[in-house]
Amino acid sequence: MVMFWVTLLAVSILLYVLLDGFDLGIGILFGLASDEPRRHAMMSAVAPVWDGNETWLVVSGVILWGAFPVVYSVLMSAFYLPVLLMLAGLILRGVAFEFRYKAERMRWIWNASFAGGSLVATFMQGLMVGALVEGLPLSGNRYVGGEFGWSSPFAIVCGVGLCVGYALLGACWLVRKCEDEVRDEAYRIIPYLAAALLAFLIAVLAYALAMDFAVMTRWLDRPYLFVFPTAGALAAIALAAGVHRREDALPFPMVTVIFVAAFGTLAISFWPYMIPFSITIEQAAGPHSSLAFMFWGAGLFVFPLMLLYTVISLTVFRGKTAASADHY
Amino acid sequence: MDITALLLSRLQFAFTVSFHIIFPSFTIGLAAWLTMLEALHLATGRPAYRVLFEFWLRIFGVAFGFGVVSGIVMAFEFGTNWSELSRVSGPIQGPLLSYETFTAFTLEAGFLGVILFGRQKVAPWFYLFSTALVALGTTLSAFWIMINNSWMQVPVGYVIENGIFVPNDWAKIIFNSVVWSRFPHMLLAAYLTGAFCVAATGAWYRLRRTFVAEAKVMLRMGLYLAAMLVPVQIFFGHLNGDYIHDYQPAKFAAIEGRWHDEQPASEVLLALPDEASESNTYAISIPVLGSLIASMSFDSKEVGLTGFPPRDRPPVLIPFFAFRIMVGCGLVMLALAWVGTYLSWSGRLAQNRLVLWLTFLSFPLPFIATLTGWFTAEVGRQPWTVYGVLRTADAMTPFLTARAAMISLIVYCAIYTFIFAFGTFYIYRLLRAGPSGRGMLPPSIARLSQPLSVDPAPDKASVPQVPVGE
Ligand code: HDD
Ligand code: HEM
Ligand code: HEM
Repeated sequence: MVMFWVTLLAVSILLYVLLDGFDLGIGILFGLASDEPRRHAMMSAVAPVWDGNETWLVVSGVILWGAFPVVYSVLMSAFYLPVLLMLAGLILRGVAFEFRYKAERMRWIWNASFAGGSLVATFMQGLMVGALVEGLPLSGNRYVGGEFGWSSPFAIVCGVGLCVGYALLGACWLVRKCEDEVRDEAYRIIPYLAAALLAFLIAVLAYALAMDFAVMTRWLDRPYLFVFPTAGALAAIALAAGVHRREDALPFPMVTVIFVAAFGTLAISFWPYMIPFSITIEQAAGPHSSLAFMFWGAGLFVFPLMLLYTVISLTVFRGKTAASADHY
Repeated sequence: MDITALLLSRLQFAFTVSFHIIFPSFTIGLAAWLTMLEALHLATGRPAYRVLFEFWLRIFGVAFGFGVVSGIVMAFEFGTNWSELSRVSGPIQGPLLSYETFTAFTLEAGFLGVILFGRQKVAPWFYLFSTALVALGTTLSAFWIMINNSWMQVPVGYVIENGIFVPNDWAKIIFNSVVWSRFPHMLLAAYLTGAFCVAATGAWYRLRRTFVAEAKVMLRMGLYLAAMLVPVQIFFGHLNGDYIHDYQPAKFAAIEGRWHDEQPASEVLLALPDEASESNTYAISIPVLGSLIASMSFDSKEVGLTGFPPRDRPPVLIPFFAFRIMVGCGLVMLALAWVGTYLSWSGRLAQNRLVLWLTFLSFPLPFIATLTGWFTAEVGRQPWTVYGVLRTADAMTPFLTARAAMISLIVYCAIYTFIFAFGTFYIYRLLRAGPSGRGMLPPSIARLSQPLSVDPAPDKASVPQVPVGE
């Protein structure tokens, strides 16, 4: 039961990162777009699917709450201000989808709130992951670090790293969905973003190895684990080839592989801890009666349906977005 | 009163959830109505239905966006501000919210894109199906959230182990008797909200003599539905009162403004309750009616607030007045819906400008009733978060500082005011422009004429009165 819910949690978080990652990433790149047609094309590439993508954040949140209540309670209260700012960012970029189409003279406000909101939300997500990896001050089942216990240079670097990562996902999505200038500009920016992301990932891995001996021995004891970083490296090569040959369909899946590899590497390093070196998965799990109740309905039957909805909405809107995508 | 983190957190929760509930109560009703319009259009082929659908869909889109972004805040607020609550009751509330998210939110979010952007991309039956799924999603969401809140009102089906609520009977939690009066009450509130907004828009166009055909359909559908549903709503409201009488006697006494035990009890219609002197001033009350309402008897003894130690009493003013405002709104809505329906039936509504004006002005009523209903339920539950078991003061994040709570309260107030101002303005403009304009044109034509994202100025939009049918 516990393993089932850890797996589902991991899948949901990964789906969130990949799906909302590309639309937050497009939001970040949106700030760089030089004119209205470009901005319109970028927004149309995600408008029909962003809501579904963001829902995976709620899915991850409630799985955490239902199956691992202690972790939910510790993390949310510890990250009081980062969560607030992340939500503020998500609100501003979320309303921009509807408002931008309705505004005339005030459109610049919603352009700014779309780009700024995406950037802030992404940065906060990266920062929280970074702070979690570094370790939060806990006593028993309570956080004791104060209002800013999460802030550290490492966490900030992680925030920036995630912005780069999401921007890369976004650029690859644009290559897939758009044509003409938007696509060409995305192609031009991908190599820089990819290089920056890889440098960041290597630095983080090195830091994690150096920081904690337990993590290092785990990797040295089980060399086969290096399959994850290796897969990431191979995907990076394929990405470079795809960009070079301008194969629109290739970059996005390759970046996906890089993200999965990075995610796997991170998870393996800290297994079986949920809050590194304080609370393990077993300690965090809720009572059996809660896990079983969720398993027999939501887990077994509804979760596959949720995957189906995601597939349906991505299939209905597959292919290139028309130049003047219809807004209802 | 000191400005404590507790007070600020309560204010923040009240503010954010009140903001949130405005939009679901509108979209739940509207989604069901849109499904009906789409089905009617497929069945009859009448263009008016399609025109109305496209029109209300645009408003639905804006309101739904608000519901989503403000709802995500709610899901995290339990952890940020009420971390003790989420830790100790997580094994019960977490799974319930998981069911809400799994069964409802993903359904809504997945198919919302299809109905907003996908008409040209999918078959008509699949489009109708998607609309129905969105409507189903909103209803399921209300269902699970009401189970969750009802468990906090009347906790059942659990044991406490190591200070944690451990569920031992999920059937009891889900089939909590209270849910079956509260869920219908909430759902009907949402349908009434939809009905009154639609009828008010119809009345507005009728008064301005524009969009005559659409106005007629809106007035009729809205008023007839309301005329049928308001009495049912009052009946379920009465059942809600019954459950409070049985399970939450202190809340009941606060709603009734009853300070001392009485036998037989009178019913206070209106008064100014005063907590300091534990009595009412300016009271208008009717003898014996109190016992009759509470226990269906002429001589039952009813408990007063002084029967509870002060630390277990809820605040009195808010539940007392909020309840009366809700009931008042309900009665006005009943009168309006019945008069309007009668006039419409006898074909005299279009000439009766007074009733048209009143219908037009009535659209805030269901929103006010919904909010005041929640204030009654939630403030009346104080000082408990899980009634009788977990105090609000013990539910809060223990180390939360007043400074952090103040920052978040200010940020939410600022952002919500900002987006609300623009949102209402855009919705007003859509309503003003009326059911015509770009949305009504077949996309092939529209695409040639102008980029679809550019909203036609309101005055331009009202020119093509005859909607281009399909
Ligand atoms: C009676 C109905 C009702 C009530 C009392 C609440 N909600 Fe709600 N909520 C809805 C009915 C709803 C809804 C109709 O399903 C949504 C979807 C979009 C909308 O406009 O409202 C919604 C959206 C929505 C979302 C966004 C879902 C998405 O991504 O699509 C979240 C996370 C929540 N809600 C959470 C909450 C919480 C934690 C509440 C408790 C205080 C709450 N809602 C009260
Ligand atoms: C006119 C007669 C009405 C009566 C006697 C009545 C009664 C009640 C009572 C006693 C509660 C408190 C429930 C609790 O504490 O848990 C309540 C809550 C509520 N009411 Fe009403 N009500 C009436 C009309 C309305 C109308 C017309 C609406 C909206 C259109 C409405 C919307 C609500 C809502 C949204 C709640 C909060 C949800 C809940 O607790 O169930 N009510 N009502
Ligand atoms: C959506 C409409 C709702 C409104 C307008 C509403 C209103 C309020 C208000 C005014 C308060 C503050 C009471 C006080 O501190 O004096 C409050 C508190 C609270 N309500 Fe609600 N409520 C709503 C729905 C819900 C639901 C559905 C839940 C549970 C899922 C819920 C859970 C809580 C919690 C946890 C608190 C804070 C702790 C407490 O003060 O008890 N509320 N709500």
